[in-house]
Amino acid sequence: MTTEPTPDLDEELDRLVAAARDGDREAFDELVRRTHVDTYTLALRLTANEEDASDVVQEAYLRAWKGIRRFRGDARFTTWMYRITANTAYTAVQKRRRRRTEPLDTVDEPIESMIENLPEQAAESAALLEELAAAVAELPPKLRSIVVLKDVYGLSHEAIAEELGISVTAAKVRLHRARKKLRDLLFEEGRSAHAV
Amino acid sequence: MQCEDVARLLPETIDGNDPVDLSVQRHIESCLRCQAELARYRRMLRALQMLRTRYLEPSPTLLAQTLTALEEAGEQQAVRSLLSGRRLAYAGAIAGGAVAAAATTTMVLLARSRRRATALAS
Repeated sequence: MTTEPTPDLDEELDRLVAAARDGDREAFDELVRRTHVDTYTLALRLTANEEDASDVVQEAYLRAWKGIRRFRGDARFTTWMYRITANTAYTAVQKRRRRRTEPLDTVDEPIESMIENLPEQAAESAALLEELAAAVAELPPKLRSIVVLKDVYGLSHEAIAEELGISVTAAKVRLHRARKKLRDLLFEEGRSAHAV
Repeated sequence: MQCEDVARLLPETIDGNDPVDLSVQRHIESCLRCQAELARYRRMLRALQMLRTRYLEPSPTLLAQTLTALEEAGEQQAVRSLLSGRRLAYAGAIAGGAVAAAATTTMVLLARSRRRATALAS
């Protein structure tokens, strides 16, 4: 499991970003090495499909490299990557849906088996997190992307709306629906050991 | 205010960003069922925030594939800019040639007209 970035690591990332903006490919490669697990995690939570997530990661970094000169540095590099990844994943999910002619509310495979077990965490919390990750993966793609970007990654409604090409109001309505559905998936009687 | 009304409002008010109606607050304070529902949503949101640091391991080949894709994209870009540079050079050479040809023609025409003028004068 990867650790949270520390202030020193943030400074190092800033230095690499500055070099990459000046066209230093090696610096950008180093950024990829340091952030790809984080980017992949978001991509997998958004697509709920390992193959799609890997494609999204590659495409997101290609877009990032092409646009790195436009990155002004007023947000963290990771936040900027989240937005690019969200946009790329949204396109990938749309393409997949058209390719497979899936209905809008397709239920994807749960990814609970991918969640790592943390011995240091209380078993109850770990079990809840596993169930939660699986429930998030079960959400319809449009609802899943909103709840992941807002409630897991903390992006603003405005940023989410911009990356997904929807209005702020639509983003809020979808978040409302996503939370309600997630609550039902998690706490409905008979489904979970955590039902209250 | 009914429990169903509160249940409908909870998903959007759980953030605490928007002010909650006083009647909703009063209902929750006096209703164990709605307090339990609020606790479920709070627990769910806390757990969602915890997912942020639960990283999922990609395939071991993903990093190498991504770096290779970037390298290939960089090479394609270099070829494109080289070609566009050559195109500029060709265009420059053609333009230069055209200017030189035009200058030569002008000089020849001027020389001819001068010779004619001299012949007429003599």
